[in-house]
Formats: sequence, C-alpha cells, structure tokens
Amino acid sequence: MAKSGTFSNLHEWLISEEFTSSRQARLHNIYLAWLSLLANPLAFAGFAVVLLLVIVAALAPVIAIHDPFTQDFAIALQAPSAGHWFGTDEFGRDVFSRLIYGARTTLYITILVTVIVAPIGFVIGATSGYLGGWVDVVLMRITDIFLSFPSLVLALAFSAALGPGIENAVIAIALTVWPPIARLARAETLTFRHADFVIAAELQGAGVGRILLRHIVPLCAPSIIVRLTLNMSSIILTAAGLGFLGLGAQPPMAEWGAMAASGRQYLLDAWWLTTVPGIAILTVSLAFNLLGDGLRDIMDPRNG
Amino acid sequence: MSMIKAHHLAVSYGHGETALKVVKDVSFEVEKGETFGLVGESGCGKSTILGALAGRNKQWTGTIEIDGETIGQKRTRAQLAKQQLVFQDPFGSIHPRHTIGRTLLEPLEIHGKDRRQERIEKVLTDVGLPLNFRYRYPHQLSGGQRQRVAIARALILEPKILLLDEPTSALDVSIQAEILNLLKDLRQREQLTYILVSHDLAVVAHLCDRVAIMQSGGFVEVATRQQLLENTVEHPYTRILMDGSRGYVSEKRNSRREALPA
Amino acid sequence: MANTSDTILTVENMSVEFPTLSGVTTAVRDVSFTVGREKIGIIGESGSGKSTTGRAIMRLQPPQAIVKANRMQFEDIDLMAASEEEMRSIRGRRIAMILQDPKYSLNPVMTVGEQISETVILHERATPQEARSRTLAMLERVNIRDPQRVFDLYPHEVSGGMGQRIMISMMLIAQPSLIIADEPTSALDVTVRQQVLSILDDLVVERNIGLIFISHDLNLVRSFCDRVIIMYAGRVVETIAAADLDQAQHPYTRGLLNALPSLDHPKDRLEVLRRDPAWLEN
Ligand SMILES: Nc1ncnc2c1ncn2[C@@H]1O[C@H](COP(=O)(O)OP(=O)(O)OP(=O)(O)O)[C@@H](O)[C@H]1O
Ligand SMILES: Nc1ncnc2c1ncn2[C@@H]1O[C@H](COP(=O)(O)OP(=O)(O)OP(=O)(O)O)[C@@H](O)[C@H]1O
Ligand SMILES: [Mg+2]
Ligand SMILES: [Mg+2]
Repeated sequence: MAKSGTFSNLHEWLISEEFTSSRQARLHNIYLAWLSLLANPLAFAGFAVVLLLVIVAALAPVIAIHDPFTQDFAIALQAPSAGHWFGTDEFGRDVFSRLIYGARTTLYITILVTVIVAPIGFVIGATSGYLGGWVDVVLMRITDIFLSFPSLVLALAFSAALGPGIENAVIAIALTVWPPIARLARAETLTFRHADFVIAAELQGAGVGRILLRHIVPLCAPSIIVRLTLNMSSIILTAAGLGFLGLGAQPPMAEWGAMAASGRQYLLDAWWLTTVPGIAILTVSLAFNLLGDGLRDIMDPRNG
Repeated sequence: MSMIKAHHLAVSYGHGETALKVVKDVSFEVEKGETFGLVGESGCGKSTILGALAGRNKQWTGTIEIDGETIGQKRTRAQLAKQQLVFQDPFGSIHPRHTIGRTLLEPLEIHGKDRRQERIEKVLTDVGLPLNFRYRYPHQLSGGQRQRVAIARALILEPKILLLDEPTSALDVSIQAEILNLLKDLRQREQLTYILVSHDLAVVAHLCDRVAIMQSGGFVEVATRQQLLENTVEHPYTRILMDGSRGYVSEKRNSRREALPA
Repeated sequence: MANTSDTILTVENMSVEFPTLSGVTTAVRDVSFTVGREKIGIIGESGSGKSTTGRAIMRLQPPQAIVKANRMQFEDIDLMAASEEEMRSIRGRRIAMILQDPKYSLNPVMTVGEQISETVILHERATPQEARSRTLAMLERVNIRDPQRVFDLYPHEVSGGMGQRIMISMMLIAQPSLIIADEPTSALDVTVRQQVLSILDDLVVERNIGLIFISHDLNLVRSFCDRVIIMYAGRVVETIAAADLDQAQHPYTRGLLNALPSLDHPKDRLEVLRRDPAWLEN
C-alpha cells in the first residue's frame, strides 16, 4: 500500500475501535461501510454511475455544449458529429445537451419521490406495527388497497387525474411507491417490537414518537434505504413511461422518457433520438439496482 | 418502612376468552435495602411479577405500593424511575445501533435531567467500565460488559429498586462472580432494594435475604437465606430446586415423572 | 473409553481464524478431541471458542472464517472435503445443533407450531394435518403441558424454557447421530433443565449417539457429562473425566470452580478469575 503517512494515520484512526469521541465512532462505521463498498466491485460500479449522475446534473450548464432549448430547424435531425456528439432532434436541439439536462429531471424526480415516500412509508408502517390492534388493521387495509393495483396503472390513473406536469408525476409515482415501503417498515418493526431494548425504553418513560424515531428508525433504515435504492430504477422507468405518454415532464423540458417518445416517429431515420436516452435510462436504473444490492450486503444488520 | 408492598397481586395476559391468569394472588413485602428472591419453574410467572412491578404488564389487580406510594395501572415518569428492570439477555437488551453513551443518555433526556455527561461518567465508573466505553457500540463489548451497561442504564435514573431478571444466567461463572460482587457493592453503596429472579438457588442464597419459591403463579414457600444454607426448607418442591442447583441428578427413566412436580 | 468403532467424530488440530480489519483473530487454536457414544462437555469462559468449535464441526461459520485441521471425520464422512450440498443433508439430519438462544433461532413472526410443523413436513413429507398432530405429540414429548395452546403462540409469548424445548422438539424429529448442544439449558430453571437433560440423556442412551454439550455451568457438566474438555482462549487446556473435575490441576479450571457460589460453602465475596499469560503457552 502506497499511502502517505497522514493517510495511513487517518486509516489507523478510523479503523481503531478504541474510540475517543462519538464522532470517531460514527466515522468508523461510515468508513467500514465505505471499505466494504470498495470490496464489492458491482456495487461500487453502481455507486460510481450514480455519483456521475449527480455530478453531471450539478454541472449541467458547464458540461452541456449547447443550449438545450434553442431550436434551429436548419440543423434538425442531424446525425452524431463532432459538433453534436449525439446528433440533433427534430427541432434542431442538441441531444447531448438535452441528455445532460435530462439528468437533472431524473434526479429531481427520484429525490423528490424518495423524500416524500420514505417518511410516509416509514411512519405508516412502523406505527402500524408498533401500535398493533385496530390501528394496524386500518392502516394495512389502506396499504393493501394501494398495493392491489399494478403500480404503472395506478400512476397513470393519478397523473391523468392530476393533469400533466412533473410535480404531478412525482405525486402520482409517490402514491404507488409508498405501500411496499410501509409493508416493509411494518414487518421490520414487528421483529423489534418486543425486543428488550424497546421495552427498557418504554419502562423509562419513552413515548411512542421517541421509540419510533430513536429506536425503530435506526433498525429499519438499512432495509428501507436498500429497498428505496432498488426502487429507484422503477421510479425512473415509471417517470420515463409517464413522460413517454406525455403525462410527465412537458415540453420543452428535457426528460429522458419524453425524449425517447418524441424520437419514436423518426426511429428509422434518426435512431439516436430514442437510443441515446434509452441507454441513459437503462444505465442509471441498472446502477441503482447494483448499488441497492450492494447496500443490502453492507447495511443489513443481519449480515454482521 | 417497606420499599415494596404487593397485596393480592394477580396478573394476566390477553383479553376475553383467551385471557390467562399467570400470577394468582401473591402478597409480599420487601424492606428497604433487602434483597428478595424469586425462584420457580420456567413459565411460573416470575418475569411477569417483575413486569407488573416495573410497569410493563398493566393487566394486574390487587395493590402495589412502592416507596410508600400506591401505584396505579398508569404511571408517571417519576414513578417509572423509582424502579428499573435489568434483563436476562445482555445481547438483546441494549440497542445494537446506539453507542453506549447514547443508551445512557436516553433516560436522562426522557426525564429532563441536568449534568448529563457527568452522570454518565459517574454511572460508568460505578459499574466498573472505562469512560471511553461510552463511544463504543454493543457489538464491541463482551456479555459481561454489556450486562454492566444494562445495570448502568438502570442505575442512571437513581432508582430505589432494581428488578433483576436472571441477570447472570447468560454469563459464564467468572463474569457471574464479577456481576454478583458488583451488585453486592452497589446495594451497599446506593442502599438499593433488589428483587432477584434466578433459577440458581446458590446465586439466590449468595445475594438474597429471603426467597419466594413459586409454582404455577403462586408462592409455595418463602424461605430465609438461613433456611437455604442449613437445608431446613419445608416444601418438597424447594428441596427439588436445591438438589437441582447442585447439578444434574440422573434418574431412572420410570421414576422421572413421579420425581417432578405435576 | 470409546474405541475406534465407537468413535463418531474425530477432530485433529483444528484451528479457526477470522480475518478482521485489524489483523487475524484466532478463535480456536489446534484443538483435538474425539467423540464417542458418550456425553462430552466443553466448558470455558465466554469467548473461549466453544461455540466456534461447535459451528466449525457443522461448517456453519461465517464465510470469511478460515478453518484448518489435519482431520475432521464424522462417521464415514470427511467434513473437510464434504461439499456444501453434502453438508446440507448432514445438518439437521445426522448432526443436529441446539443453539444458545432459542429466541434468535425461532422466526419471530411465525407461531412455534407452524415452525415445528414445517420441520415435520420437510423431514417426513407429512401432510399438514399429520404434521399438526405430530407437532403436538413432539411438544408433549418434551414435557410441554398445554401443547394446544403453545402451538399458536409466537416466540415472544413463550418463556425461555419453552423456547428451548421447542428447539429440542424440532431436533428430535430428524434422528441425528451427533447432537451439538450449545448451552441448551442456560435459560432454564432447574426442574425444566432436569427434564431437558433427561430427554437428552435418554436420547444418547436409546439411540446410542454422541452428544457435545457446550456449557459454562460447571456443576452441570460435572454431573451430566462423561468427559469434559476445558477451553481457554481457543485452546484446550485440559481434558478430564467429569467425575474428577474437582481434582483438576490446571489453575484456570480451579479458578472457574472457585468462582461458583455454593450452597454448601457460602462466602461473602466470590473469587474472580485472575488470568495468567502463561496459560497461553502450549
Ligand atoms: N406477552 C405474553 N402473552 C401471552 N402469554 C404470555 C406473555 N408473556 C408470558 N406469557 C405466559 O405467561 C406465563 C409466565 O411467563 P413468565 O415469562 O412470567 O415466566 P417465568 O417464570 O419468567 O419463566 P422463565 O424462567 O422461563 O423466564 C407463561 O406461561 C407464558 O407463556
Ligand atoms: N464472525 C466472527 N468474526 C470475528 N471474530 C469472531 C467471530 N465469531 C467469533 N469470533 C471470536 O471468536 C472467539 C470465540 O467465540 P465463541 O463464540 O466461540 O465463544 P464461546 O466460547 O462460545 O463464548 P460464549 O460462552 O460467550 O458463548 C471470540 O473471541 C469471538 O470474538
Ligand atoms: Mg422469565
Ligand atoms: Mg457460545
């Protein structure tokens, strides 16, 4: 190992179990997770792609070589070339630049859905599992109703009812994603519900909120994070599907699904219009899946 | 003055038709500073009695008085802090994802106590753990160390009573000796009152002044430490327990069933 | 002592190592012993490698563990060479293991009856109805008073002793020739412990099989087992006939004996083990 002195000192400090502060203890755990991510090539590849997505989205104005919205019919439907790496679309917009800006849309949708879904799913599932009784019955029946529809059909129905638009697409997708999360949170909560440490906290006067947030969350979080990461690909695909059907992002906004859809008419003449966003959707979905699988091994408490 | 008074205490689980009365009408008093033992076969309701005293099981009838105060089914925070439970299993009783410091901080937060770091340091010292253990996670601790943490967590609210549910049965003999010595020291230093559940009469005789022998939810005998040591217990079941504490008694297969209580 | 034909298990110079970030931990070091048609006890303090030894025999240790041995022979099977598939057919059927904590071995969201029935269905290819009556019979066999009620309980609703007996009933269904019991009675009160031990005792005699009994209860091992292996820090420090345990010479064994509270010799403070680095040599 060709590490410089300070680095190997840092490594030693992070690896040592003789903690001298709670910050060290936390960093130790993060560092260990990082090491095991490094040791898992597929998961690391997934992580790298996701990281790339984030960087690209953040730096979109810098990376994009053309303005994604400027139309120029003179150069419509040009094949990939040095000036337009991925060619141009039917309005003469640069596909590469639109792809880069599309990363923002994709990231926006996945993050927003996650931020909405994780707390809702957790609160409903964990409350249901922790309190039991009629609360459990009512909440789980509601969850079942949502679960009983195929998620794409449900998302379609909601976004058709709410009207087109990216925010509405996010809400529609969120409505289909939370029920499995709630189910999972409930199942996890049930296994910890009667654990001695939960009872110890109850006997010291901890209320329901404290127990759910302080005791159940840290135990459920790994599997919920894993599940959400694995869900990312279906969120992206659903968003793309809605975009494809004209229900998600509205023109001229760049969105991979919508890009693929509009390119469909020119499939034979301009293959790059559907292929390039298609590959992007595929790659990012796959990356999230690989990352999720890896995280399952790293974070699941039952694995160590 | 009695620290704990239980009169005609009965505890049950479940509701309606499936209700099951597990503890049937027991009465006992424990003096301040005394250690009262509970022994008896598995499932006879020892943990259930502790649960009722600790506020875990709420389906009980009779009267419970703790530190001169009559306790109802619902308790205030202050009433909950008066007695604390130490569980049998040191591996399941500490949150696996909290550092020891976090585990000890939690009760202080709930009860809005001040001088938190100071209290944590004191209690760690009291149970004989190094102060930097507060940054560790439970999986980095041995069973005996975890049990010390569990005792520390129980002590941090400065309770008057510790309810010890088989505190050493998951530990090996050398660690058991350390924990039993620790419990003896703490009892003296903090003037604590203990109720100790154990299946080992030798442990009970080591720590307890009096012991109730239980069978299917009731007391069959309350013996003193002296009686145990002099082997002058009255009930035949107590005698079976005493023999059992000395090890395995091989029996011919036919006589096995008669030798055991029905 | 066991002659060769009676030997069920032979372990020669077994070591188990766990590579960790901060170096390799040797949990078991050069352990050798044989098990005949007898009850053999393994005692030692927590972390001395008792469970690791048991799990290594079952080949149940975590994947990163490294097991080395000159020989590990179970009846006609070389455990070092057996494939994972062979091991699966051995585990539970020919070597059974009763684990330290029944509560963690049982599925918390399934009733205990369902879990035993599952084992019955797996091993005896019974129909669900047959499985139910077999299960109730098994529960009765391990002296559970009210099998009908216990059948429908979830693991958190049974007491520690019941949980352990439920585990044993699952094990009785497959008829193993070696049982590894990892502290099967540490959660039990003396009467139930007596019953559980009688069940195990009878099994060993009736079916003429071997039992490895891992425990830290010296009184129990002394009175229950035929021979005792004493482990310290992954090593076998002493192997002794159970009846002679009180005459043990090794200071570690003596220390364990002295740490016991006793009804016959009460003392105010218990002796705590003082570890001697010299015990680690040899
Ligand atoms: N939550 C529960 N719901 C229903 N029944 C229960 C519950 N907890 C315990 N029981 C039943 O109550 C009885 C007494 O249980 P308890 O845990 O008090 O026994 P114990 O004396 O502590 O036994 P052990 O020595 O095995 O711990 C048992 O029959 C048990 O099945
Ligand atoms: N998966 C693992 N990774 C690293 N070290 C391990 C692992 N499993 C066990 N060990 C180490 O191996 C040693 C022996 O552990 P083992 O569980 O066999 O002890 P034991 O004698 O059964 O103790 P107890 O009486 O507490 O059950 C311990 O020091 C433990 O820390
Ligand atoms: Mg109990
Ligand atoms: Mg063990």
